[in-house]
Amino acid sequence: MKEPKRLKRMDNYRFHFRKLTSLFMFTLCGVSVLIALVPLILIFYRTVAFGFSAINWDFFTQMPKPVGESGGGLANAIVGTMILVGLGSCMSLPVGIMAGIYLAEYGNNWFGQSVRFLTDVLNGVPSIVTGVVAYTVVVLPMKHFSAYAGGVALGILMIPTITRTTEEILKTVPHSLREAALALGIPRWKTSLQIVLRTAMSGVVTGILLAVARAAGETAPLLFTALNNRFWNTSMNQPMASLTVFIYNYAVSPFDDWIAQAWAGTFVLMTLILLLSLTVRFATRNKFAGNLL
Amino acid sequence: MRDYPGTRQTFIEMDTIPENGKGIPVDHNKIVAEKVSAFFGKVQAIRDIQINIPENSIVAIIGPSGCGKSTFLRSINRMHELIHGTRVTGKILLDGEDVYSLDPVLIRKKIGMVFQKPNPFPTMSIFDNVAAGLRMGGTHDRKNIAEVVERSLQQAALWSEVKDSLSKSGVGLSGGQQQRLCIARALAVNPEVLLMDEPASALDPIATAKIEELLFELKKRYTIVIVTHNMQQAARVSDYTAFFYMGELIEYDITKKIFTAPSIKQTEDYVTGRFG
Repeated sequence: MKEPKRLKRMDNYRFHFRKLTSLFMFTLCGVSVLIALVPLILIFYRTVAFGFSAINWDFFTQMPKPVGESGGGLANAIVGTMILVGLGSCMSLPVGIMAGIYLAEYGNNWFGQSVRFLTDVLNGVPSIVTGVVAYTVVVLPMKHFSAYAGGVALGILMIPTITRTTEEILKTVPHSLREAALALGIPRWKTSLQIVLRTAMSGVVTGILLAVARAAGETAPLLFTALNNRFWNTSMNQPMASLTVFIYNYAVSPFDDWIAQAWAGTFVLMTLILLLSLTVRFATRNKFAGNLL
Repeated sequence: MRDYPGTRQTFIEMDTIPENGKGIPVDHNKIVAEKVSAFFGKVQAIRDIQINIPENSIVAIIGPSGCGKSTFLRSINRMHELIHGTRVTGKILLDGEDVYSLDPVLIRKKIGMVFQKPNPFPTMSIFDNVAAGLRMGGTHDRKNIAEVVERSLQQAALWSEVKDSLSKSGVGLSGGQQQRLCIARALAVNPEVLLMDEPASALDPIATAKIEELLFELKKRYTIVIVTHNMQQAARVSDYTAFFYMGELIEYDITKKIFTAPSIKQTEDYVTGRFG
């Protein structure tokens, strides 16, 4: 009778020890999440609190006023950011997505391995370096700053992100779907594009949005490519304003209304990216694949 | 043993055509495999397989796990070569033409395949799933596609269950319905041969019975090769049975003979459940 009782007490002890360990680890995870969220919430709070109050209709419709004059807006910078990110996307989306497809579907060889490695290296290159590259290959030959140069810099920045996320997402598509398609006599390239890519579309779109958001938030690569412009300009061949460069210039200025406009610019940039994400997600959603990837 | 309604036809036919000594007709063979070996890297999965598959018949391939049944099946429509580092030697003739001398895309159109796990395209509706092979094969005539989809679903005995929900998701169907959807999808490209890799092993007995019933119907138009783990299934549905063991074809004969009076000891041991 004694033996089973002792065992039972032992089991009870172990059970409680496990429960305590579980509780401890769970708390640890929870605290880590909170710590990770603190800076995010602070930034978000400050941006909304300072930015929202500085926003008015003029901000979206007026040009920047000369030093000393109050009021004005950043209409040119809002449009400029859209154009620059648009240019960068035009360049990086086709290259990035197709490279991602190649790596996931055909990249199981030394060439694929090298591309994968170089893409990771490119992903880790500081953004100002891509600015220097764009300066060297676009600005110097053209002999002036331009939106093209800014677009190239952002495009170079976006390619590795899009390539790698596309590849990783395509790899999560079950092999059985590829086999099902190939067994129907569907050529391999069509299988890649119309079955695999289509199945993984929502994940690929997430990767693209991440890259777009990152590009929209970049200042360094634009500083000596698109430069900046205090006037209305939609010519790609001219220096172009962007929200981030304006935020940078205004935030370090000694004028209170410029600093307020920098906050407003930050808020607008954040909202633009949010709206873009929502729109693109809504437009590319698949009514069957909502719960797929 | 019960009588096999689906096989009676073949037995009658067999009296009039030459046989290979095992009751298997040697005339109008749909597929002939000559010394087929398949490799994964350096590992040989099947060795010198020699088999002829008569037209409009059901041939079952049985054998223990890892005996190369699936590999042989996948060699027929050249799916085996899709895996990195694999190769196939020997000849597989479809209507007398070596499939390894033709374009794999063309071969896979003529030789359809149904897999163990139902795998409908998750982003497509039921209709689009069946139409996928046609559309991506270059057919864009809407009326034609609609006709083929209806015909294929009817052949797969699924039409009455899904005709009102063709625009719904294919993965929303039950497992058995999904598998019949995959059969319909394979039939839509109008193949001549249907390869089935344990098509009912992931299904419950009722769904399995439906698939088996379907096979008798499909046999009238197609030549069917079915890999199965389930020996009762092989006995129920097939006209001829091939027993694979350790990558080799041990015995190939009329199904009734394999299950009642096999001529090789290994086959007898396997079908009576003594090993495997």
